[in-house]
Amino acid sequence: MDYLLLQMLNGVQLGLLMFLLAAGLTLTFGIMDLVNLAHGSLYMMGAYIAWTLIGWTDSFVIGAILTVPATFLLGLVVEAVVARRLYARDHLDQVLATFGLILFFNELVRVIWGPAGKSIAVPQFLNHTVEILPGMPYPAYRFAIIVVGAAVAVLLAWLVARTRVGMLIRAGASNRRMIGALGVNIELLFSLVFGLGAVFAGLAGLMAAPITSVKIGMGDDILILAFVIIVIGGIGSIKGAFIAAMVVGQIDIVGRAFLPDLLKTFMSNAAASTAAPAISQVLVYVVMAGVLVWRPTGLFGQRT
Amino acid sequence: MIAALRTPRGLVTVLVLVVLAVLPLLTQAFDQRYLLSIGTKIVIWSIAAVSLNMILGYGGMVSFGHAVFFGIGGYAVGILSAHGVSSGWIQWPVALLAATLWAALVGALSLRTRGLYFIMITLAFAQLVYYVGGGLEAYGADDGLNISRSRFPGVIDLRNKASFYWLCFVLLCGTLWFCSRFANSRFGYVIRGAKSNDLRMTALGFPVFRYRLAAFTISGAFGGLAGILLANEGAYISPAMMSWVKSGDLIVIVVLGGMGTLFGPLYGTIAFFVLEESLPPLLDLGRKGWGEYWQIVFGPMLVLIALYARGGIDSLFGRRR
Repeated sequence: MDYLLLQMLNGVQLGLLMFLLAAGLTLTFGIMDLVNLAHGSLYMMGAYIAWTLIGWTDSFVIGAILTVPATFLLGLVVEAVVARRLYARDHLDQVLATFGLILFFNELVRVIWGPAGKSIAVPQFLNHTVEILPGMPYPAYRFAIIVVGAAVAVLLAWLVARTRVGMLIRAGASNRRMIGALGVNIELLFSLVFGLGAVFAGLAGLMAAPITSVKIGMGDDILILAFVIIVIGGIGSIKGAFIAAMVVGQIDIVGRAFLPDLLKTFMSNAAASTAAPAISQVLVYVVMAGVLVWRPTGLFGQRT
Repeated sequence: MIAALRTPRGLVTVLVLVVLAVLPLLTQAFDQRYLLSIGTKIVIWSIAAVSLNMILGYGGMVSFGHAVFFGIGGYAVGILSAHGVSSGWIQWPVALLAATLWAALVGALSLRTRGLYFIMITLAFAQLVYYVGGGLEAYGADDGLNISRSRFPGVIDLRNKASFYWLCFVLLCGTLWFCSRFANSRFGYVIRGAKSNDLRMTALGFPVFRYRLAAFTISGAFGGLAGILLANEGAYISPAMMSWVKSGDLIVIVVLGGMGTLFGPLYGTIAFFVLEESLPPLLDLGRKGWGEYWQIVFGPMLVLIALYARGGIDSLFGRRR
């Protein structure tokens, strides 16, 4: 029972990380109509930039805080140089151009940081366990991810639902041309949203770094998963992205944690431990296919 | 044939086809074995690119999971061969059938969606098969599996590099012939009409969904053929042959060559492989060691192509009739 609860917490933690990534993606798609495959590269860049800054400042917290403006700046540059020219193009051009950006960023990282992976140590003050329930220890760092992730999710919900910028974002998502016609500086809004998405992606990369590893192409697979999430949730819907991220997080972790034992009852150990992660990945895609067959525009997507 | 030579486009096409047809003789004459293996890859990838172009270029269906058919074709051959079924007469029909059925299933489910949803659902189905391939411990999981080449006793020996190349070339010509028949048929015109305005096609009484499904299925079958050949080329299968990056490469190739043109995918594949082989040495000329980072040039090139070169290579030869 405890084991189940721990794994579910891990699922929540993964889900929150995925949500950070998916939120930026769903905003850029919902508002700018941009399919940004390079979003995973921003996640990777976030992790690498954090590695450098933490090394320079010799402090996890200061390094992490400095990563936020750095990734924001990176987002603004990518927006100004490439993304801005793609808003009015069709999806195929966007896929092609941002696919090119992925190749560019993967190679850029190889040039700057070298081909070997990096690792960011779990900061000292979080390198212990906390008792979330009596008699149930849980790594403090993972718990911190849950806290920060949840805080960012709440902040985002507040930003979108309660502020003027959020109002413009929502208006932009439902009718871009109309808010442009109403005299809103739409270019500034687009830059801001793109930069915000980059910050969230970078933050996710930074937070994931100590529990995975910082390596070239780390954003590629997770990007696909983030796309799955926004498609399940309905493109442009932050609420949908949140719910879908939670579901995908649970499927992935619980699948990994319990499938091996289940499979071992009728397979060899080696076969079961290879098959289990594959099956839990497959399950995610099966859920997505199922949702799209049932609702072709996702759970909370706009009907056309 | 003679009339075709009068236009720049026709001239280029004939030249390219002639060079491809005699490539094994050329590589033998100049003793460049390595070039023949690149040539074989180009021909095989061209088959896949032509098949993707049928739905992407003519039909406007942006499938981001076409490399899955490399995997299905390849794994069907590989799995049968791992179980001792080495006859190509059994392997190839089974592999083609598997690719066709999978295409029909994926098409039936994903053609209900539009736009980004279609892009992502085709990608998702491809990823699904990719992870299944990675989870098959018995067939090498992520490491892949060495297989023996399909046997056609008394007809052709696929281990002979030149005859294998010519087989691939003949199959490419067959695929191109089919594609030209497809593009100029009533069926093809319905698909092309639905690309520009599917509401109008529906209003005209065409069951657009069924037409698209048929096109998607045919395209998948040819993709499976390319997969069969790819597995035989390297005598090796692995999940990497159907990774989403390969699907991206296929899209790049089709757009680079010219969408919705008969020979565009062929030019695109040639350009893609020539760039891949020549950029590293070119960069090495600038400074030793730069060649390793060729994608830092190739990536921005894709961005520029997407932004400024919509017609692809085919449009360089003047406007189409």
